[in-house]
Formats: sequence, structure tokens, C-alpha cells
Amino acid sequence: MSLRRPAKNQPENFEFDSSSLNAANKIVSKYPDGKQQSAVMALLYIAQRQNDNWIPLAAMKYIAKFLDMPYIKVYEVATFYTMYNLSPVGKHFIQVCTTTPCMIRGASKLVEACKEKISENEGELSGDKNCSWIEVECLGACVNAPMMQINDDYYEGLDKDKTLKILDQILKGETPKPGSYRGRINNEPENNRKTLMDYKNA
Amino acid sequence: MLKDQDRIFKNLYNDMGSDVVSSQKRGDWVNTKKITDKGRDWIINEIKDSQLRGRGGAGFPTGLKWSFAPKEVGSRPHYLVINGDESEPGTCKDRDILRFEPHKLIEGCLIASYAVQAHVCYIYIRGEYFVDGQKLQAAIDEAYEKKLLGKNAAGTGWDLDIYIHYGAGAYICGEETALLESIEGKKGQPRLKPPFPALIGLYGCPTIINNVETIAVVPTILRKGGKWFASLGREKNTGTKIFCISGNVNTPCNVEEEMNIPLKELIEVHAGGVIGGWDNLQAVIPGGSSMPLIPKEKCETLTMDFDSLMAEKSGLGTAGIVVINKDQDIIKCMARIARFYKHESCGQCTPCREGSGWMWRMLERMANGDATKDEVDMLGDVTNQIAGHTICAFGEGSSWPVQGLLRHFKKEIVERNNLDPIVQKKNNIPYLVDQHLLDKKNA
Repeated sequence: MSLRRPAKNQPENFEFDSSSLNAANKIVSKYPDGKQQSAVMALLYIAQRQNDNWIPLAAMKYIAKFLDMPYIKVYEVATFYTMYNLSPVGKHFIQVCTTTPCMIRGASKLVEACKEKISENEGELSGDKNCSWIEVECLGACVNAPMMQINDDYYEGLDKDKTLKILDQILKGETPKPGSYRGRINNEPENNRKTLMDYKNA
Repeated sequence: MLKDQDRIFKNLYNDMGSDVVSSQKRGDWVNTKKITDKGRDWIINEIKDSQLRGRGGAGFPTGLKWSFAPKEVGSRPHYLVINGDESEPGTCKDRDILRFEPHKLIEGCLIASYAVQAHVCYIYIRGEYFVDGQKLQAAIDEAYEKKLLGKNAAGTGWDLDIYIHYGAGAYICGEETALLESIEGKKGQPRLKPPFPALIGLYGCPTIINNVETIAVVPTILRKGGKWFASLGREKNTGTKIFCISGNVNTPCNVEEEMNIPLKELIEVHAGGVIGGWDNLQAVIPGGSSMPLIPKEKCETLTMDFDSLMAEKSGLGTAGIVVINKDQDIIKCMARIARFYKHESCGQCTPCREGSGWMWRMLERMANGDATKDEVDMLGDVTNQIAGHTICAFGEGSSWPVQGLLRHFKKEIVERNNLDPIVQKKNNIPYLVDQHLLDKKNA
């Protein structure tokens, strides 16, 4: 299990804004009547997006009322799943995969790059308060290892220099292009493709 | 090598685009009505004939699973749930289906829903695949627009709605009952079985749960016939499978190949060989991190299917092959996998919650050479106390890789960890005497 704690400084209030409210109502309609509790995970995401990428306790209370379920049940869900940030993270939130397939292809170099550019310790905001990074477990892009995720996008086929460049761009406020940084096309073997050649040349 | 015409996922590398029109060119959505018109029993029998086994790891026969759904819909509706919570380290096949072959999956959902009489289908996608999930959502929206979903989907007379439910970073939600808990808006902690989800599943209703890849191959099987699928591979291990080859190989890749393909062919032909040559190979994890590793000697002749890997005391799992060469420290690799399981244990059963952390701490010490001699056996004991003593298969999943390490690399661990916990005195000291008198003599 992973240890997860809510932040010490919590805002007093939280409410969905109108676009969040629309999205939330749309999500609730996906589930059968009376089973609106199913929407709690999606609603926590919506709250997280609205609130600079983290979920305050006030948002959990708000969602509990919204879905007519006990607050503790929302709290349980928010603390169980690791993608809900319970304390402030950077606007650019960098997650470096360090599980074995990435590890044996040099994920530790990516961690070094993050330490140099962002902050010495994981989960700490950078100097300009815009970035933070953490190590995460397998992100499911193993054939493109090593890789990292920045907000929603995957950056694949990295090494230390490429990571440093990407982080520089992020710190300057630019959005680097997601995808492979080795020029690879999706998950095909690099310059070694032997299957479906007719379709490739078509 | 498998012939291109026998490959199911022709757009695995996105040469052609994933929209409806280009999918139709590849044969998806072509006369779906003709398939459903043949009836439920025909569909289920054809899948049974194809001997398709679930692609999510356990390898349960799909046709049999579908036949468990109640024949008549009672007061409770049926549900179809697709498991796209792909989080097994070494595996990244479902992601390519979600983003490049979404219509194979959606059509599969329609046919499977028809076969098990479900009108609602939930596709559970891990939260990290948000971008790929959006691509699937776009494909679903497109399908609604073209009347391939919704009321009278694709002219089959069957109504079907498909919804995506995102996970939020919990590996355990790949376990089917944990996944159901998660859809119900709870913590992803597995349920006791029985009752099995086919009778009491989502919201207490009959629910069939299948992996993304399993469902995505269904339309092609039904078009080409169960016999065609069964002619590939070997008895009980039929068909094709997407293999993900990662780790220390020259060209890591996803590739669809026939079942029972030699491991060496996969590595040498598709993945461009081991970095440093075949002789530099140390071990291979054949089916995602939960499966015990296999040392080099056995990799020479190993074939990749459910039963032949079982015979090697490993398993095909999700077919996520992680190649580890001799430049890597095998104990460290396994210690990292143990850390993964420690992080992902849901905390419901004590043996797993406490044991996964215990195994990780011991392995970290062993990697550094700080463990004592007797800890090696203790580690084996701990794995045996976890496996088989938990609600779900996570207990096995977390202890098997450690058992594999102990089975094949015990010598390395013992060599590195030579500490003796007890200060041994050469003199044989009788137990029942005044110790302080002896101390003087031995001092």
C-alpha cells in the first residue's frame, strides 16, 4: 500500500464551476438510477482539474453531497487511488516510471534529470512553483522505455539529455511534443519491421 | 512467422488510421447483422470451437465464460464489462488496441453484449491512458453517429450503450471483482468468489468481464470461423496474440504472432536480438511481472503459450516479455518488482499487505549484500505464506516472481549475502551451566 495524506493547508470551500457541473451531470447520467455513487471517481477527476491538479477535503465533502453518499466513502476512494493528488502539485506534473522494464533501460537517469532541473526531492515544488515530479509505478508503455508522463501526455524513448531538454521547455512554459523521442513510429520495432509490410508501403 | 493475412490487428502500428471508414476497409463492421442473425448459441459455440482463451492473464476459455451468463434475463439486467486496466509491468498491448483498433473492440462489444444479453457495456480504462481513452471515446462517438451503437446498433436489432469508466492508478483494479467495486465507486478491493460475477457482478447483476484483446479478436474469429482460429497455434493454445517485448533488446516492440511461437524467434527476429548478443541474455520474464522468470538455458527452446510455460513453472500471463541481460543485477530487478507489488497491494488481506513489503525489504537488503544467510530461506517461507492465502490472485502475483528468483538464482543471492546472524564461538558451550564462568575461560 502507498502512504497518502491530505495536505495541511486546506481551502475552506469548494464548488464546481458551471463547466465542471455540466461535465459532472453528464457523467452521472452514464450510470443506472440510484447508482450515482459510480460517478465518484470521475467527479474527483473533475474537481482535480478545476482545482489546479489537486483535491482538497472541501471538494470531497462537496462531491459527497452532490452524489448523496457519505463523506467517508469519498475520502476512502480519494485516498485509495494514487492518481488523486491530495496536496498541491505543480501545474506541470511529471511522473517518471521506474518499474523494472523502465529501470533496466535507464529510468534512473530520468530521475537524475528531474532532480537537477526541478527539485531535489520528489513531490516538492520547483523554485517557480510550477513543476513537481514523482516516481510512479508502471505506466504501461514498456516497449517505449524509459518514459515519463507530463500531465496527460506520454514522453517515450528518453535518455538524460532528452529529458533535460523537455524539462527546460516545460520550465520556460512551452509544451513539448508528446510521443517518442527516438523518432519511433508507435510501437513498431525501430527500423526492424518485418510484419504488415504491405500496409506500411500502401 | 505468421502470415500477414492471418493477423487480426492489421492496424497495430497505425498505418491506416483508426476511424470507421478505414476500419471498414479492414473488414470491421462489415455486415455485423449477419453474425448476430446466426444467434447466441452459434456465436458462443463458434467461440468455444475457436478455443479462444482470455488474453488478460488467467487464460480462462472465453466461450465457456459467456455460457455462464443466465440464459434468460430475469429482473436484473446483464452487463458486459471490458477490462482495459492494463497495468502489468511489461505489458502495453491494450493501449494499441484502444488507440489504433478501437472499432474492433467496439464491434466485439456489440457481438459479446448480444451473446450475453447485455444492453450496457462499461469499458474500464486505467486513468493514465487518458489520451488513449479519449481516442476510444471519439471512436465510440463516431459509432453512435453512424448508428453502429445505440438503438438497433448496426442494424442488428440489439440496443447497446457503451460507456468508458476511467480508473485512477490502482493496479489491483485489473482484478475483475476489484474492477467491479471500482465501477461501483468504491475502493478497488477484490471480492470473495463465489459468487462469481457471471451471476452476481456489477450492481449485483449478472456480469461478464473480458479483457480488451479478448473482445477485440471476437469479430474476426466469427467472420473467419472458429476453425481458422483453432488452426493457428496448438491444441488448447490457439490463435494469435500480441506480444510486447521490452527490456534489454535492440528493438523493443509490440507484435502479433501465432501462439506457441519460440521465444527465441520473438526476441531474435522481431525485437532485433538481445543487447550484447544472445550469450549476454540472463533471464526472461515471459508474461508480465507476475510470472516467474526463466533463465537463459531454458529460453533456447521455450515456446510461448499457456501450457508450455506452465510446464516451466511460469505462465503466459499477458505475454509481456521482459528481457534482462547480464548487464543487469537480477536481484535488483526483482527487488524493484517487489516494490511495485508493495506499492500496489490493496491492503485487504494481511498476508499480502504485510508480506509484500517484507519481501521488498528483504530483497533490497539482498541486492546490497546486507542480508543474513537464513533470510534466503525465510524469503521463500514468506512467499509460501502469501501465495494461496489471499482473496485474490495478487498474492500469487506478488510472490511468484520472488519464487522464480529463488528457484533459478539462489546461488547468486547466497554468494552475495554471507552474513551470519549468530556470533559463533568455536567452543561447544553446554547450555545448562553458569555462563559467566565460561565467559572468563573464553575471554
